[in-house]
Amino acid sequence: MEILVCAKRVPDTSENEIQLNEAGNDIERDDLVYSINEADNYAVEEALQIVAKTGGKVTVVTVGGEEDEEVVRREMAMGASHGVLLSDEGFSGSDGRGIATILKAFVQKGTYDLILTGVQADDGAAQVGGMLAAMLDYPFASLVTSIEVPDAKKLKISREIEGGAREVSEIDLPCVLSIQTGINEPRYVGMRGIRAVASVPIPTMGTAELGLDGAKIGPAAAKVVRLDYFVPELGKGAEILHGSREENIDKILELLEAKGGLR
Amino acid sequence: MPQICIYIAQKNGVADDCATELAAAARKIDPAASIIAILSGFGPELDAACSSLPAAFSEIWKIVDKSIAYPNAELIRKALVKIVPQNSIVLLAHDHFGIDLAPGLSIKLASAFVSDVVGIEGVAGRSLKLVRQEFGGQVSTHVQCDISGGAVLTIRPGAFHATESVPVHGAAVEKSIEVGELTAKRRYLETIAAEAGDVDITKHNVLISVGRGIQEKDNIGIAEELAETLGAAVSCSRPVVDAKWMPKSRQVGSSGKTVKPKVYLACGISGASQHLAGIKGSFIIAINKNLKAPIFQVADVGLVDDILEFLPELTNKAREMHAVPSK
Repeated sequence: MEILVCAKRVPDTSENEIQLNEAGNDIERDDLVYSINEADNYAVEEALQIVAKTGGKVTVVTVGGEEDEEVVRREMAMGASHGVLLSDEGFSGSDGRGIATILKAFVQKGTYDLILTGVQADDGAAQVGGMLAAMLDYPFASLVTSIEVPDAKKLKISREIEGGAREVSEIDLPCVLSIQTGINEPRYVGMRGIRAVASVPIPTMGTAELGLDGAKIGPAAAKVVRLDYFVPELGKGAEILHGSREENIDKILELLEAKGGLR
Repeated sequence: MPQICIYIAQKNGVADDCATELAAAARKIDPAASIIAILSGFGPELDAACSSLPAAFSEIWKIVDKSIAYPNAELIRKALVKIVPQNSIVLLAHDHFGIDLAPGLSIKLASAFVSDVVGIEGVAGRSLKLVRQEFGGQVSTHVQCDISGGAVLTIRPGAFHATESVPVHGAAVEKSIEVGELTAKRRYLETIAAEAGDVDITKHNVLISVGRGIQEKDNIGIAEELAETLGAAVSCSRPVVDAKWMPKSRQVGSSGKTVKPKVYLACGISGASQHLAGIKGSFIIAINKNLKAPIFQVADVGLVDDILEFLPELTNKAREMHAVPSK
């Protein structure tokens, strides 16, 4: 099976506190630690596990700038056979639809049975996979938590629905699936693995190579524009305890008792 | 003003709770809106769901088809594309079904798409100003959306509250003929219920709930010791389950359990909206190293400390006091 995984490099929220910059128009990007979007990493692992059973290859693609190449390389160190960077000045300022349009052009340059994305990235939009599927007229499923390959024409998948229940469906290939975190245990990538792919060329494709219509991407085509970043005025917010640790412990035990947690 | 349509999921003849929230969001966009509610399904369940709707809709459109007795996002998307008036604003809940349906719907309607909307600032000309959150709720953003070709918006459950408005009891209209025959490349097979697990976290007065801040599996024991001392149970947030440190049955949130303990002690939990959606009416105490964590916006009491040091000391003090747990 030929599998394409769409990945994104994002600020790692487990390593950083996300704060506003001084001007208040962006987050403070100096000193941010970036990594691959967590759900995308699960998607690559899932793709690798599928091709280990069915044969085939995994390609990882990202839309971004030069600095985003590192996530493609990292996923190649994990085991992806190919990596491609889709990069062009005209791509910046694209909204979700613009990104999906760029990815669609790339998909149509190859032959893929299955396209995976992470369920959502740093902006929490959960949009590009579903848009890409609709543009390609492929079936789509979101929040996927397991994939089985019963035959060459379809998959048996489960989705995470409310309350911890799982919805099981079959879906025809080719299709697009958005992968939920926790679907597998992504393999560890060590320095040795990174070094092994350090000099593998990662081709870059832009508007011309992809045969894109420049009017359908970038800021001019964006129907959705982020105006600013801000930290909302808190409602009531928590009463923050400022005592010593001992005082705080006493206070919490008091509260546990007062609120009916203890007798 | 464009027409506003809202799609309301129904289950076993009951319309989704978010129907009033979606209506409230629609009135934030246009206080004078005539809202069309769209429901789909089959048989008496669908009619029951339509009659269970709040009196907020000028029309209720029914898509009746046996193939969508169980909601299939692909089929319902195809049906909506056929009946939604051109350039409408379509609202759906940002839940597992909305996430499945809405992005593709926006492409097929050639409309703008904004997901997980938490605030609506209003319309100026052809642009609608909305509020979203990024980075798991650590920062918010204003988003401008061009609605000249319509828009599809998913609305965060719980973000909008029912507003006073003149009750409208719209008539139900069947739209199935306009929809025609539906075929799908994705077919529903079955639903597998959540695993019961060893501990029922919905039945405890106190939950010691751990998040990513617990750092590794071996540290779960710190929370378990405290829980044992207090007669409480240990629950957790999604990253702990993803890392396989605790079973899914202990997860609190929209994709896990909904809990209502008297006291919820959130330890090293950042407070993503999907997690918070699973806590109902509890007194929340949050302990986190990062004062900017969203959990502090919703907690009643918070303190900034390292849970790996704080919890063992809390356990020791609780033991000294011979705290007797309640049932």
